[in-house]
Amino acid sequence: MENPKIKIENLNLHFGNQHILKDVNLEIPKNKITVILGPSGCGKTTLLRTLNRLSELNTEAKIKGTIRIDGSDILNTNEDVTVIRKKMGLLAQRPYPLPMSIYNNVAYGLKISGRQKKKYLDKRIEHYLRQVNLWDEVKDRLKDPASALSIGQQQRLCLARGLAVDPQIILADEPTSALDPISSQMIEEKFVELSSNYTLVLVTHILRQARHIADHVVFMYLGEIVEQGSAKDFFENPQQERTKAYLQGQFY
Amino acid sequence: MKIKSIGIGRSLRSKLHSSWMAVCLVVVIILPIIILVGLVLKSVPILDQYSLSDLLFSSEWRPMSGKFGFSGFIISSIWVTLVAMLIAMPICLLTAIHLTQYAKKWMLKTMYPIIDILAGLPSVVYGVWGVLFVVPLISDYIAPLFGKTTSGYTILAGAIVLAIMIIPFILNVLISLFNTIPTELSEASLSLGATRWQTIKHVVLRKAFIGIVSAFGLGISRAFGETIAVLMVVGNVIGIPKGIFQPGYPLPSLLANNYGEMLSIPMYDSALMFSALLLFIIVLFFNAISRMVIIRSTKHI
Repeated sequence: MENPKIKIENLNLHFGNQHILKDVNLEIPKNKITVILGPSGCGKTTLLRTLNRLSELNTEAKIKGTIRIDGSDILNTNEDVTVIRKKMGLLAQRPYPLPMSIYNNVAYGLKISGRQKKKYLDKRIEHYLRQVNLWDEVKDRLKDPASALSIGQQQRLCLARGLAVDPQIILADEPTSALDPISSQMIEEKFVELSSNYTLVLVTHILRQARHIADHVVFMYLGEIVEQGSAKDFFENPQQERTKAYLQGQFY
Repeated sequence: MKIKSIGIGRSLRSKLHSSWMAVCLVVVIILPIIILVGLVLKSVPILDQYSLSDLLFSSEWRPMSGKFGFSGFIISSIWVTLVAMLIAMPICLLTAIHLTQYAKKWMLKTMYPIIDILAGLPSVVYGVWGVLFVVPLISDYIAPLFGKTTSGYTILAGAIVLAIMIIPFILNVLISLFNTIPTELSEASLSLGATRWQTIKHVVLRKAFIGIVSAFGLGISRAFGETIAVLMVVGNVIGIPKGIFQPGYPLPSLLANNYGEMLSIPMYDSALMFSALLLFIIVLFFNAISRMVIIRSTKHI
């Protein structure tokens, strides 16, 4: 692969005695949607959380290896972890709106990094809320608590919140698993749209979703990468027995 | 496990059990009302003879000559409670934050039994410890530091002992409170580039705000009513204290020291009951305030 956005080499992760990620080597293409597939417990969420260094919050975690973003290692570096995390927006399984107003949820990332001018914030917030198709639904109640929104709206708000810190990469961990079909579809369409400017890494176990939006697919099983390749190759011509079995629905 | 399905009907037994629960509930609801009614009835004689403002705002306390002014006791109670809360609140909050957000898990696990021991010690033990340790500490070191001379039996001594007594209590509530906040919420903040401290300040504390207020409210109620330990170190000198280095005489001490003695003095019995009623109302008042803060802030989160 030429100029991968993210390059992972020999990544190993232990939680206490458990070996969660085993010698992970992976290249993630720039401005494409990479889908990480695999049954529950295969380590795909942990891999995602290691990318923006949330895994290390677990005091029992031991992480070895390198993760390079645009060539520079983000694991073994003196660079401030907050700067690294800001390069990546995270969308979790369920929306977790911050305990504040709709407006401040989007403004949060800007405010904590020192952008305080109201005029500037107003403009940016409208921009990002429009980008996730939420503006028209909330423009009259920006001061309301974010928790008053529906789950689908909250997830779009969380996406806007993540986009507002101007990341290069969007990490999404089964972002539609708590959503209704219409909201899920909205998020999927948004991802396809965003992939022209952002590198997306999406963890899912919904095959339909992966077939629908993936450019590049990674299949994980029990902490190892079994197979990876372009979506076309992966779905039409899988090489590994385990991949074939998974695609035929023999395990989830 | 064997499940009995024959015999008296399951629906009958189910009804029986739910009625027991209803009885227990009624008892819990009625108890405070019975206590309140009892206190009011007993206080009626003194309320008949003296105006409420005389009782509340006069500081003259000479039962033998029929003078019953409660302001000295009320102000002592407020002083002791406020200073105790000022000491306890930051300690509890910072400890709870550290234990739940920064410390390793084993640390929290070892703290639980320590907190339980502190919470379970009889208050008289705190009182003795206060007499042996806090009182001399104040008279020998703290008061001279501020250029005061005192025996050590002061509002400050009462407040310190009280603070130490309510710390485990508040801490317990705060730790369980912080543990209920989903880690995903903190992670959402961290992934937006917030530092650990920004996350705690803007997200964790905000999310927990309601709970923190009610924990402190509970702490105040408890502090107000605590009797023995405070009584042992606070000096019990009648009058309005003018600072933390002066002795005080809080309401519960008044009641504990005098009830059952000298009841032949006219109105004395009723006056003491009135002090109990005051305690009841003040605690109710603090609860109402913290409840109001909770209701108002739920609208914004």
